[in-house]
Amino acid sequence: MREVENLQLNEQGQLQHFLSIEGLDKALLTEILDTAESFADIATQNVKKVPLLRGKTIVNLFFENSTRTRATFELAATRLSADILSMNIATSATSKGESLLDTIHNIEAMQVDMFVVRHSLSGAAHFIAQHVAPHVSVINAGDGQHEHPTQAMLDMFTIRRVKKQFTGLRVAIVGDILHSRVARSQIQALNTLGAEEVRVIAPKTLLPTDVESLGVSVYYDMAAGLKDVDVVIMLRLQKERMSSALLPSESEYFKCYGLSADKLKLADKNAVVMHPGPINRGVEISSKVADGAQSLILQQVSNGIAVRMAVLSMTMQNRRGQV
Amino acid sequence: MTMETIEIANLLDTLELSLCAAIEKRTLKNPIMVGIHTGGAWIAEEMHRRLAIKEPLALLDISFYRDDFSRVGVNPKVKPSRLPLSLEGRDIILVDDVFYTGRTIRAALNEIFDYGRPEQVLLAVLIERDGRQVPIRPDCVGSEMTLEAGYRVKLTGPEPLVCVMQNVGEPVNA
Repeated sequence: MREVENLQLNEQGQLQHFLSIEGLDKALLTEILDTAESFADIATQNVKKVPLLRGKTIVNLFFENSTRTRATFELAATRLSADILSMNIATSATSKGESLLDTIHNIEAMQVDMFVVRHSLSGAAHFIAQHVAPHVSVINAGDGQHEHPTQAMLDMFTIRRVKKQFTGLRVAIVGDILHSRVARSQIQALNTLGAEEVRVIAPKTLLPTDVESLGVSVYYDMAAGLKDVDVVIMLRLQKERMSSALLPSESEYFKCYGLSADKLKLADKNAVVMHPGPINRGVEISSKVADGAQSLILQQVSNGIAVRMAVLSMTMQNRRGQV
Repeated sequence: MTMETIEIANLLDTLELSLCAAIEKRTLKNPIMVGIHTGGAWIAEEMHRRLAIKEPLALLDISFYRDDFSRVGVNPKVKPSRLPLSLEGRDIILVDDVFYTGRTIRAALNEIFDYGRPEQVLLAVLIERDGRQVPIRPDCVGSEMTLEAGYRVKLTGPEPLVCVMQNVGEPVNA
């Protein structure tokens, strides 16, 4: 078992697994964004495919449901000419009692090169990366309430394309921070890339304890928190992860923390609105804002393919034992 | 590192004449000129102007098609290829600055064929040096040269276009 601290990097300090934003420096995050920029143009070409990963096998291991993430990983792999197999583990072997490691080792025995893992438990991707063969890479596609690093990087890519740089940027992340792996990855990425200020806006019940230690300013009030921000990131209310009554009601939540056109006016006039999806219209965001001119929600989805192509090709080329 | 400048005005003239002859001999019809990023694009721009080719100049970045990806990795600054929607049935003049191992041309041909089946492809290069590693050769050349081990030819540009021969001390792969 290798050391956890250096697990993401190979002997040359290059990205071998992509498990969390935490532990990666500004240069590496910037390299991911630059590489994604090259891949973004492939989507605009007549032939949306390059032979970079021909002959490589990637397995999507989804222990938890997903639409966007899974589809964009599949498209990213396909556009790189890799072969990809998507397994919905929730309905397969584990339900027959097979352990996680047995599942992994069995699929590994099919000579695969990479696992893309989504799991409801925090740390699942780390755990798998510790146990796979040295030439196999692992990408975290969301683990419990821990991290969702490719989502954060596609958000950073989207922000950089519109705002050009992170210096001087004020970003507000609004909503269910407590259950959000996306927020945790975004906060890490924004701070590493040098954003001026990262704010979180949420009711106390939806904030983790000691949230300030992540390097954010905390607001309980939308009006104060949105003032002068350049980017507003709305989060989905994760009702499936809520075990107790953290909220009065959805309509009450929208009144206090939902993003309406009026509230958006409090932000900078050039502010952009983002949401990792799926959106709950009328719960955390109004349709007028979600479909409005300031919304980047659909660009985020398109950019997700380019960013995932970058991460797949970078980790594939940096696998240990590669010549 | 020693450096020697190669005069390219004559080379461009020779390449132009050679291209004119080849276009006539192979009866190219309304050809599309494709320059390989970056040096080949500069030469292609010059030839495109001199030969008054009607179709807009196309550009090719072959980084994603290279066969040494697992050794050198992704270059994070890949320029998008600008090719017409279809190359099906078209006559193509592929242009590069220096022909060395032939691997760049192999990659370029692969990318071109992803856009359709061209009628014919003609390869024009400013300089053909020794060191071929695959069975591919240019049809039109500005100059042929044999270099001593450890030397390489490099084009810088676009304004001015300068070609230098450098001793880099160790064998290099183009």
